[in-house]
Amino acid sequence: MKLVYFAWVRERIGLSEETVDVPDHVVTAGDLIRWLAGRGDAYAHAFEAAAQIRVAVDQEHVPQDAPLGPAREVALFPPMTGG
Amino acid sequence: MAVDEPAPVPAQLDVRVQAADFDVGAEIARLHAGRTDVGAVASFVGLCRDEGGTLAALELEHYPGMAEMEIRRVAEAALARWPMLTAVTAIHRHGRIPPGDRIVLVAAASPHRTAAFEAAEFLMDFLKTRAPFWKKEHRLDGTEGAWVAAKDTDDAKADRWR
Repeated sequence: MKLVYFAWVRERIGLSEETVDVPDHVVTAGDLIRWLAGRGDAYAHAFEAAAQIRVAVDQEHVPQDAPLGPAREVALFPPMTGG
Repeated sequence: MAVDEPAPVPAQLDVRVQAADFDVGAEIARLHAGRTDVGAVASFVGLCRDEGGTLAALELEHYPGMAEMEIRRVAEAALARWPMLTAVTAIHRHGRIPPGDRIVLVAAASPHRTAAFEAAEFLMDFLKTRAPFWKKEHRLDGTEGAWVAAKDTDDAKADRWR
């Protein structure tokens, strides 16, 4: 699964994208955030306020309880501040 | 079916995500060019604001692809909600933007003003809360500033339309 990161999530992790093999117990977007948070200090920092993190699956917003399904690209980012 | 009814002209939808500035007058003119049934164009221009005299620029990061698609989804929702709209334009810039420069334009055209005014506000409220853009501050003293924090009041403004 391709993961892409933006804004302070990207800065804290130190990567703009990566491809990961996600374990079977990761079913929802929220599961993915919790699993990523356990991958080291940088990830723990990026996802410490897990409830704030927004998720897009194949470039569409989804709630954290949404199943990831056969997602090709999952984006994780802070609340948006455009406009 | 009334045979004398003219076929409805599909609304013109123009969404752009770009680094370059835009010409507000030219964009408004394009919204009603060649038509005489448009009675109202309402527009909003968002600018890079410096509140404390310390800002060198805002850096606007975006999610290429999704940014365009999400603004298009918001614009299509506006056309569904105000079917009398004849045209919608939404342009959002990315990259480094100094104080005073334009960041965003939304404009809506309609036979009458109410739909145009309401749609322009709807477009901005959902663009702010749904379009994947993030602002980072760069300071005049050369230091890297903070990421701009999202405001709960922006979510509340979008929720009014639900």
